[in-house]
Amino acid sequence: MTGHMRVGFHAPDSVEELAYLVAEAADTRTPLEVMGRGTKREVGRPVQHGSVLSTENLVGVPLYEPSELVVVALAGTPLAQVEALLAENEQEFPFEPVDLGPVLGFDAGQGTIGGMVAANLSGSRRILSGAARDHVLGVQAVNGRGDTIRAGGRVMKNVTGYDLARGIAGSWGTLAVMTEVALKVLPAQREVRTVLCFGLADLNGVEALCLALGTPFEVSGTVHLHAGLAERFSDQEIANAGATVTAIRVENFPASARYRSSRLKQMLQAYAPALELDTMRSRIFWNEVRALKMFETSEGPLWRISTVPSTAAKLVASLARKIDVRVMYDWSGGLIWLETPPISDAGAVEIRRTLAEFGGHATLIRAETGARAGIDVFQPLDAPLMALTSAVKNAFDPVGILNPGRMYAGI
Amino acid sequence: MSHVSLPSPDLAILQRRNDILKQLKKVAPGATLITDQEGRRTFETDALTAYRCLPLAVVLPGSTEEVSAILRFCHENHIKVVPRGAGTSLCGGALPLEDAIVLCVSRMNKVLSIDLANRAAQVEAGITNTGITEAVAGDDFFYAPDPSSQIACTVGGNVATNSGGAHCLKYGVTTNNVLGVRIVLMNGEVLDIGGSSLDAPGYDFLALIVGSEGQFGVVTEVTVRLIKAAEGARPMLLGFDSNETAGACVAAIIAAGIIPVALEFMDRPAIHVCEHFVKAGYPLDVEALLIVEVQGSEDEIDTLLEKITEIAEDFHPLVMRRSQSAEESAKIWKGRKAAFGAIGQLSDYYCMDGVIPLSKLPKALDEIGWICRRYRFDVANIFHAGDGNLHPLILYNANDPLQLERVESCGAEILKLCVELGGCLTGEHGIGIEKRELMSLQFSDADLEQQMRVKAAFDPDWLLNPGKVFPLEGRGAQ
Repeated sequence: MTGHMRVGFHAPDSVEELAYLVAEAADTRTPLEVMGRGTKREVGRPVQHGSVLSTENLVGVPLYEPSELVVVALAGTPLAQVEALLAENEQEFPFEPVDLGPVLGFDAGQGTIGGMVAANLSGSRRILSGAARDHVLGVQAVNGRGDTIRAGGRVMKNVTGYDLARGIAGSWGTLAVMTEVALKVLPAQREVRTVLCFGLADLNGVEALCLALGTPFEVSGTVHLHAGLAERFSDQEIANAGATVTAIRVENFPASARYRSSRLKQMLQAYAPALELDTMRSRIFWNEVRALKMFETSEGPLWRISTVPSTAAKLVASLARKIDVRVMYDWSGGLIWLETPPISDAGAVEIRRTLAEFGGHATLIRAETGARAGIDVFQPLDAPLMALTSAVKNAFDPVGILNPGRMYAGI
Repeated sequence: MSHVSLPSPDLAILQRRNDILKQLKKVAPGATLITDQEGRRTFETDALTAYRCLPLAVVLPGSTEEVSAILRFCHENHIKVVPRGAGTSLCGGALPLEDAIVLCVSRMNKVLSIDLANRAAQVEAGITNTGITEAVAGDDFFYAPDPSSQIACTVGGNVATNSGGAHCLKYGVTTNNVLGVRIVLMNGEVLDIGGSSLDAPGYDFLALIVGSEGQFGVVTEVTVRLIKAAEGARPMLLGFDSNETAGACVAAIIAAGIIPVALEFMDRPAIHVCEHFVKAGYPLDVEALLIVEVQGSEDEIDTLLEKITEIAEDFHPLVMRRSQSAEESAKIWKGRKAAFGAIGQLSDYYCMDGVIPLSKLPKALDEIGWICRRYRFDVANIFHAGDGNLHPLILYNANDPLQLERVESCGAEILKLCVELGGCLTGEHGIGIEKRELMSLQFSDADLEQQMRVKAAFDPDWLLNPGKVFPLEGRGAQ
């Protein structure tokens, strides 16, 4: 600590106060740990901070226009609160934000809407509807100089100036402290059907998922899980199957959802679809996927790997020859949630070596603090991209006070 | 020329022209170099034809390596570069500068790979928007963003402006449909951002690059998301006795949980011009017309159109007609897509692109009418109603310099109105030179400074597509 800023925890009640605190931190070069309610603070490299700056007291929904498909919320508003409001109007965030809370030791639904955008949390429906960042219409944020800036707006289409709002999304609080976000919402799906196959090898399971996504039926969920993980679902028929589970979801108005699931089952005959979940059971199943329930009770390092769907199973097979892994494929294989045993480097070396061969990138979502300090939590970038990362960081936070080092050393 | 001016040229560069051209030929011998006046004339403007400027030269590289060599050379010699696709920008985004090289990617127009299993295609930046869909249509896939200029415009240009289109209500705009780019920075460095997986590591550079109006780098390759075509699609026409009622019907459809694949709005002047031009079968005795298109199997389409009909009945439509055949559907869309051309046959027009919150639609149309009457111009409105992206077309005589100045002032007032109603200056056309000076209506100094700092992170010397996007004064301060 070099300056006068009070060490400790700051949770300002207003954007003005927050901007003042950041400006003061910039003046005194006091690094800040930026967070909402802190449910994801264990993700990333440990931040060497002087003070904590939380948006948890910036709560409220200044604007919600269901017929315009837009909601504006202050960054510290609990996501669950906003989702409840949307549900009252039969709307939802179509990207189905994955809830990292439970695997990090929190109850489900505790995170803030700012945290959701900062981490670009996107769930199974991302394959159809896009990621969280795709639904960001605008943000208000305080940059590392303490300037309050706006980017984007609250309307559906907007190419006025650069897309800084999306640029800030997914930057884990290292570019600016978001104080308000405007997001696109969509009507909630009325009817859900889930087609399940049991016992498919990974290669075949992923193949079935890719095939389903190549149909015109607007498939909105495609996961494949190892047997040891599938047994943790609360649906007894799935838990007791004792085999891998491959699940494909369609949603729509009732007649459409039924039509589409029946067509899907025909097309997937070769994979022997064995079970179809109705709306109620489907919702429970996909909510458990969303909360990563299958990884909740274990404590091993948990990786999030993004790759090309069709080679995902080969990637995992190659890795499984070196490490004992448990895997859920989402996004038809494009997203792999992978748990390793508690080994010293959390499997980082093997995982990254395998990724170099197959393509893709990995982020360590859950690991001991010691492990996170010693290995690259976020995928290392090559030198030109790292230089650009540094230049963009500098453009927002020239003194380097916002979550310094959380994503990359020196960023 | 009217009130938007270009930065004054660097005389030293103009004096060195011959030498620069000679060296340019040497650094990229494979590239096509156009130096004669006649040839350069083709590139002196884009679709904002009120502005023209002959560039120093035009270069058409054939590869990323050549783009890199050209940019490195220009960087070392402090020569400005204006990237260009097909030159269909409506905001002067590709307008040359006297002391700049125009770098046109239109020769780089190949499909590099198609990966249907992973639903992605890798293409060169100069391929046309429809060129992508044509390459995969045989397998019933398509590339979703569909700007009206899609037959001509390049995907590189789409990336630069984050283009939208009639069907983006459902499928999103360019930024939602691009998975990766290969971009050459001004210093010649080649970067691969993203790829065929659904997200990229680190900062979301793709978000920053898409919509950066050619000011961050020259995109040479693009990986796009492919979507499987629906089993079928069918539009219906809904005619109303007022813009207000039509606007209220749009809101009611969305509030009922239906997101049509397209939801287009035309007012009376637009309907009449299009009908006269295309004979699309539009009703002529209505004040406002909605084209609502839904997708799915035949049964699904029937069910959805039935629901929409039920909703619309509450608004007492004068006309409700479902397309009965593929020919009729094609005709309905032909009328909409030909709208700008049809109006162009009638008069010069100034096309606006402001966006408003949907609930403000009746007020916005009313006020736009008043503003145009005050300036003594006729206006036709034709736009994407589902997302509030307005396209008022103000009819004027481009050969009358006084009218040009007046129409620009009229347009500026309309855009100011959009911002005041909670919207924005541009939904899909971009800022370019056209709306540069209006940026401060929407953004504070701090907002603009932040954007400019990001620009400088990519292009510290401000050599790429200068004189655009930001008010000229503000940029000078950099």
